[in-house]
Amino acid sequence: MSADPFSNRKPETGAFFQRDRSWHPPAFTPSYKTSVLRSPQKALLSLDNTLSEITGPVFDHNILGELDNDLIHNFARPGESAIGPRIIVYGRVLDERGKGVPGALLEFWQANAGGRYRHKKEGYLAALDPNFGGCGRTITDEEGNYAFRTIQPGPYPWPNGVNDWRPAHIHFSIFGHGFAQRLITQMYFEGDPMIWQCPIVKTINDPAAIDGLTAALDREATIPMDARAYKFDIVLRGRRSSLFENRLEGN
Amino acid sequence: MAQSLDRLKESASQTAGPYVHIGMTPNFCGITGVYQEDLGVTMVNDKTRGERITVRARVFDGTGTALKDALIEIWQADSDGLYNSPSEMRGEADPNFTGWGRKATDMDTGECVFETIKPGRVPFKDGRKMAPHISFWIVARGINIGLQTRMYFPEEENANAEDPVLARIEHRLRVPTLIARRADDGAYVFDIHLQGENETVFFDI
Repeated sequence: MSADPFSNRKPETGAFFQRDRSWHPPAFTPSYKTSVLRSPQKALLSLDNTLSEITGPVFDHNILGELDNDLIHNFARPGESAIGPRIIVYGRVLDERGKGVPGALLEFWQANAGGRYRHKKEGYLAALDPNFGGCGRTITDEEGNYAFRTIQPGPYPWPNGVNDWRPAHIHFSIFGHGFAQRLITQMYFEGDPMIWQCPIVKTINDPAAIDGLTAALDREATIPMDARAYKFDIVLRGRRSSLFENRLEGN
Repeated sequence: MAQSLDRLKESASQTAGPYVHIGMTPNFCGITGVYQEDLGVTMVNDKTRGERITVRARVFDGTGTALKDALIEIWQADSDGLYNSPSEMRGEADPNFTGWGRKATDMDTGECVFETIKPGRVPFKDGRKMAPHISFWIVARGINIGLQTRMYFPEEENANAEDPVLARIEHRLRVPTLIARRADDGAYVFDIHLQGENETVFFDI
């Protein structure tokens, strides 16, 4: 797990930029009801990163199976495929300095085209697709690029308000190179009118931060007669490059 | 106008939702045949150096109810205090120890169990040794951004007393929220309280 697949790069050992917690959603967001009892009430204790946060697990490409980045086929019976609008989701994982993050593990999960999740706790009446599981993963290349195939998920009702519906979305979990970069977020689709009605989206106060979670339809990356493409770049915390400080350590 | 600093904003966090298992522990929720094994289930093998320990963790909401849909990741040093990470410059960590684990809380009991080793001490920025600790990252439905905390060990009284991170906690009454207790069977039990009287100390780190 520790083997760096990009060994010609010098590993970075700086602390991460402080998180802008007014840009991220706060913990207590009462219109998203579950947050009421699950949000800390006391202030977070701020600390500069120690080695415990600067380091983090990095995963080899050899953990990946051939179909891990193809949700249309990775749960399907041989010769069959999932039902729904075929799409490619692609983008780059960058850090706040604009540097590509190589070797970043991305995991994603989603409902099927009808908005139904394959999960025992889920009771929505829309049918399961026997050829769709809903999970996938990939690891970014040397420039931080990633891509996967899937079907566009459907919107999904949930017991929050009486008539609340999630916009179509794909959940993402992202590992950078340090444990303090761990991030889970959700990707939305350009032009979906339900984005701006959703209590979970609206846990975020800044509309620009919501735009940053909205994937753009990219006709140029679309494969004719096969799949449309959405571009979704993900930004992780940047690292302080300790400039002169590093020289003292002989780096 | 000065030059632009050309910085990007971090992607905003969103909740992991109730179906986090589909993506992160698919075998645990019955989606089999896609990945051989859920990532992070196994941290040790029979060659791993160090003292084997079991950590049982639960996460409680503001009513004292255990979350049955949370997901916990842990990150820790090996028995010599080295991290299995490319950013570890002090030496080569035990290749038979991943240092990273991931478990979903049990859907009935809310408990999750990590089979790991007791970590060695890791230096703080100024060279002082931190007490042995395991870093925790907690996500769940209702948690908008992952919560970061640490578990320390109850038998490390001296090390805990000089730990530079624990020393930063102004309200000393809250320090015990980061110290596990030892169960009769020897396992370490770490109860995380999201809010209320015994609220666990969470970090912005």
